[in-house]
Amino acid sequence: MITLVRREIRDSLRDWRIILPIIVLTVFFPVLMSIVANMALGWVAKYGAAVVGDRLLPFLLMVVGFFPISFSLVIALETFVGEKERRSLEPLLSTPLTDTELYLGKMIAAMAPPLLAAYLGITVYLGGLYFFKGWLPPVALVVLVLVLTTVEAIVMVAGAVVVSTQTTSVRAANLLASFIIIPMALLIQGEAIIMFWANYHVLWWIVLFLLIVAVILVRAGIHTFNREELLGQDIDELNIAGIWRSFKGHFCWDGWFFSVDPVQLPRWLRWVATLGGLYRIEVPDALRRSRLAFVTAIGGILLSVAVGQSLAADFPIPGGIFQLGSVSGETFANVPEVGWLPAFTVWGVLSNNVRSLLFAALMAVFSFGVMAVALLMIPMAVIFFFVVQAAYAGYDPGLFLLAFVLPHGLFELPAAITATALAVRLGAAFMARHRGVSVREEWLWALADFVKVFVAVVLPLLAIAAIVEIHVTPQVVVWFFGR
Amino acid sequence: MIELTSLTKRFDDFTAVSNLTLTVKPGEVLALLGPNGAGKTTTVRMLAAILRPTSGQATVAGYDVAAYPGEVRRRVGLLTEQPGLYLRMRGSDYLDFFGRLMGMPDDVRAQRARDLLERFGMLGAADRRIGTYSKGMCQKLALVRAMLHDPPVLLLDEPTSAMDPQSAKLVRDAVLRLCRHDRTVVLCTHNLAEAEMLADRIAIISRGSLVALGTSATLKEQLLGPPLMELRLTQPVDGVADLLSNTVTIEGWGDTWLRYSTPDIERTNPLVLSELVNLGVCVTTLSEVPRSLEDVYMQVIGDTRDEFAQ
Repeated sequence: MITLVRREIRDSLRDWRIILPIIVLTVFFPVLMSIVANMALGWVAKYGAAVVGDRLLPFLLMVVGFFPISFSLVIALETFVGEKERRSLEPLLSTPLTDTELYLGKMIAAMAPPLLAAYLGITVYLGGLYFFKGWLPPVALVVLVLVLTTVEAIVMVAGAVVVSTQTTSVRAANLLASFIIIPMALLIQGEAIIMFWANYHVLWWIVLFLLIVAVILVRAGIHTFNREELLGQDIDELNIAGIWRSFKGHFCWDGWFFSVDPVQLPRWLRWVATLGGLYRIEVPDALRRSRLAFVTAIGGILLSVAVGQSLAADFPIPGGIFQLGSVSGETFANVPEVGWLPAFTVWGVLSNNVRSLLFAALMAVFSFGVMAVALLMIPMAVIFFFVVQAAYAGYDPGLFLLAFVLPHGLFELPAAITATALAVRLGAAFMARHRGVSVREEWLWALADFVKVFVAVVLPLLAIAAIVEIHVTPQVVVWFFGR
Repeated sequence: MIELTSLTKRFDDFTAVSNLTLTVKPGEVLALLGPNGAGKTTTVRMLAAILRPTSGQATVAGYDVAAYPGEVRRRVGLLTEQPGLYLRMRGSDYLDFFGRLMGMPDDVRAQRARDLLERFGMLGAADRRIGTYSKGMCQKLALVRAMLHDPPVLLLDEPTSAMDPQSAKLVRDAVLRLCRHDRTVVLCTHNLAEAEMLADRIAIISRGSLVALGTSATLKEQLLGPPLMELRLTQPVDGVADLLSNTVTIEGWGDTWLRYSTPDIERTNPLVLSELVNLGVCVTTLSEVPRSLEDVYMQVIGDTRDEFAQ
C-alpha cells in the first residue's frame, strides 16, 4: 500500500495544475491573510470593536487551513474514475493489492499533499501574525483547528473516493461532487459563526460528528468498492426495465399451506398458500436479514429513554400544571385543537403513523439509516419525558406508562421498531451488502423486504393500534386517573 | 496449470461466458480466438482474478480464482488490450512500481527489468517519460510489465498489436522461450497467422460459449474435412478425372489441374501416382492445398451464426 501511496503522491506532484494552486494557497494566501488580519485589527480597534478583531484571527486560521484541503477533493474525485478513463486501472487491479489496500492507498495519497499544505499554511499564517503583532492563539485552539482541518479533509476525500468508484467519467464525478461541496460549504459557514461567537468547545462536537461521518463514508466506500463494477459501468444509462425486473423478482415466493403442496390446491384457494408463504417464509427471512438493524433501532430507543429523562430533569413542568385527575373522554376528543396533532380518529392516527414511518424510511435512504433511528427516538424521548414528569408530579410512572402507552403501544411500538429497522437496512445498504451482490441489488432487496414487511406486518399492527388508541386507551386512562 | 470447469459469467441479464470447460497444461500456449464481444476478455479477466465467476470454477497455477484471488494475481502476468501506462512516469520507474507491487526483492526487480528491457530493445528509452513513447514501445513496456515477476501463467491480449515486424518477432520468440521454461500462456489475438504459429492448441469462443477446441491440424480435419490434394498435369485432364474417381473424391478441376480429397493421403497418393504413371500421364506436381486457420475460423463462426439465426 505504501508503494501505491508514494506513486500516487509523486504523480500528483508532477501535475503543475495541482502544484501551483497548492503553493499559492500554502505560501502566498496565508501571508496575505496575515497582512489582512493585521490591517483589520487596526481598523476595527479605531471604532472600539476590538472584539471583532479578536474573533477574526481564529476564523482566518480556520480559513487558511481549509482552502488547501479543498484541493484534496479534486485529486480524490479523479483517483479511480480518471484511471479508468485513461485505461490504466486494469493493470493495477491485476496486482495482489487487496481492495482495502487499493482503496485506502488512493485515499491517503489524495489527502496527504493538500493536508500537509494546510498545516504549512497554518504555520505560515501564525508565523506572520507573531512577526507582525506578536500574537499567538491558545494551544488548544491551534490543536482544534488542526484536528478540524484533518477531519474535514478525511470527510471530503472519503466522500469523493466513493463518488469516484461509482461514476463512469470524471465529468460525472465532478457533477456529483456538489453533494460534497455544498454540505461542506454550509458546515464551514456554521463553523465561522461559532468562531465569531467564540464557542470553541462546540467545534469539538462538530469534530466528533465529522469523525462519525468519516468512518461511515470510509466503510461505505470499502464495502461498495468492487473491481468488476469499476471495470464495467461503461454506459451511463438508467435501466428502468432492469431495475423493475430485479425488484419484482423479490416478490415471487413459494406458497405454503401446511403440509399440502400448494400446486395441488384448487385455484381459488392458492392465494391462501401465497399468504401462507409470505407470513411463514418471506417475512421471517426478511426480519432475520435485518437483525443488526433491529439492534440499532432498539439501541436508539434505550438512548431516547436516557434523553427523555435528562430533558425532564433539565426542564421540569411547574407543579400544579401536570394534573391527570382532570382527564376525561373530552380531553382526548379536543386533542386536534393543539394544531399540529392529528385528528383523534382511527384514520387520523393511522394515517399519521404511516406517514411518519414512510417519511423516516425516505430520510433513511439519504442518511445511511441514521435519520430513521432519530425519528423513532424523538417520540420515545417525548414519552419518557412525560413519564418522568408524571413521577415528579407524584404519579406512579409505571401506571402512567401502562395507561397512556401500553394499550396501543403493544401494537404500535413493535410496528414502529420493525419499520425503523427495515428503514435502517434500506439506508445502510450502501455501506454493507451481502457478498457478491451489487449496491443496486442490495438496495432493491432491502426495499423489497421493507415493502413486504410494511404491508404484511406493520400496517395491520398500526391499524389495530389506531383502533385501540381511539377506543380503548382513553377508557383506560380515565379509569386509572380521570373522572 | 489452468483448469476451467463450467465457468460462467453473467452481468445482469447478459451472459458473457457460458459453461466454459478446458485445461491448459504447463508449457502450453492456448490461443483464444473469437469475434468481438465473444467473451475472450471476460474469460481472461476471470483467469486474472479481476472478475469473479458467476458460477463454475477456475483454477490458475493451483489456486481457485474466487477463493484465492490475491495468490492468483501474484502468479499471473496480464497484458491488457490497452497498455494502460502512467504517462508521467519514466519507463524504469514504472517497472519498479509494478515490481514492488508484485513483491519482488529490490535486486531481482532491477536486474530483471534491465534484462527484459534489453531483450525488447527498450533499454535506451527506460529513463524517458512514457508519454514520449511510440505505440509499439508502450506495448512492449506493457509486455515487460506482465513478464517482470516471472509468472508461471501469462495472459496476453493482442501482444503484437501496434508493433513493427521486427518487434513482433521478438515478442513471438519471447513467448516460445517462455513455453520452453514450462510457462503457460493464454493468447488472445485476432492475428490468426500468429495464433497458428505460436499456439499448441486453439480455442474458439463465440457468444460466450466454446465452439471449437484442438490443435490446428485437428480442427482443420474436423471442420474442413479430409486434406485436399492438387494434381497438376502437363496435359489436359480430360478423362483423367473419370479414371481417378474410383480411387478418390474429385472436388474440382481445371484445364490442367484437378483437386481431390482423401482421408488417407499416405495410402491414396501413391496409388494415384501409380495409376497415372501406368496410363502414361505426366504429373507436374502433387501437393496439399494449404488450409489456414482462417478457413477454420470462418467455418466455425459462420456455423455458429447460422445456428443462432435459426
